[in-house]
Amino acid sequence: MKRHFPVLARTALLMLALGTSAASVPGIDPAKSTIVATFRQEGVPVDAAFKRFNGHIDYDPTRPNASKAALEITTGSLDLGSEEYSAEVRKKNWFDSATYPTATFISTALRPGDAGHFDATGILTLKGKTQTLKIPVSVGKVGAATSFDGEVQISRSTFGIGDPEWKDVVDDAVRVKFHLVQ
Amino acid sequence: MRQSTVYTRTAVALHWLIALLIGAGFTLGANMTDLHMSPRKLRLYSYHKWIGITVLGLVLIRVLWRLTHRPPPDEPMPSWQRHAAHLTHGLLYALMICTPVVGWLYSSATGYPVVYLKLWQLPDLVPKNDALAKMLVIVHGSLAWTLLAVVALHAAAALKHHYVDRDATLRRILSWRAS
Repeated sequence: MKRHFPVLARTALLMLALGTSAASVPGIDPAKSTIVATFRQEGVPVDAAFKRFNGHIDYDPTRPNASKAALEITTGSLDLGSEEYSAEVRKKNWFDSATYPTATFISTALRPGDAGHFDATGILTLKGKTQTLKIPVSVGKVGAATSFDGEVQISRSTFGIGDPEWKDVVDDAVRVKFHLVQ
Repeated sequence: MRQSTVYTRTAVALHWLIALLIGAGFTLGANMTDLHMSPRKLRLYSYHKWIGITVLGLVLIRVLWRLTHRPPPDEPMPSWQRHAAHLTHGLLYALMICTPVVGWLYSSATGYPVVYLKLWQLPDLVPKNDALAKMLVIVHGSLAWTLLAVVALHAAAALKHHYVDRDATLRRILSWRAS
């Protein structure tokens, strides 16, 4: 119970973040959104999409202090283009999806920049480790919906994703690009 | 074009360098697919692809050289053997070009482009297509095994000429004399 407490606390926080906004604005539409991890393996570029995720971005440039974003990604849903590779990254030395089924990003501040841009500062929790990220986001329109685009670079080794033996074959730097439509 | 009794040094060097690379590439190809996923497996796949692209490049150079530098006239032999030899060599050229090209097509169809020597990304010959990839890997493997069979025939014939007929066929491609 004690080991699970941080996970429960974070899940509760996420549900709170999602729940309090859910009543006012609908959440991210996963069918129209993409979250893609891009990295190099032996020099070969790989684009791998997370197939399952949900979240909510409640952004109002006139009320930045009331704005928040929360995202939850199913780690085992990463599609590397072939099942042999996708199954490999669910294992203990990569995402360990059985133990850590989700990764979350919960914002601490959304700071407006130029028109249609803001910086999202928040905490990424992945494989039991946390990191504060500052992500520049562009806001756009897709029909009646709003789109949020941006990318952030993270280091695999920060989160213990991929044993050191893989470091010469798979780059440590992973760019995560998102296009979220809500 | 001047006629000589031996192959040019360029032809000799290309012949044996390509033979060595094909041997290495084939050995990797035949063994790497059964390995469990590991960094080593990905590295071996890379080496296999780099060897394939290198062979393709060298064979194209060899073809250009062959078109501009006539090989020595055939040793005396029955005409059916002469025709068989020329047919075999032609088949070898065709297989040495088709096998890596199909490999490149296959790599493209899997969605993983070839990045030669980890430095130069080669263009994808086809877009990602799982069904096409499944078909291409079979073609690539079949061509590779056919190449192996023809190489074996080619080598056996060379040894026959050397030890049975005792003619200069093998000596000509082992020679390092300036021509």
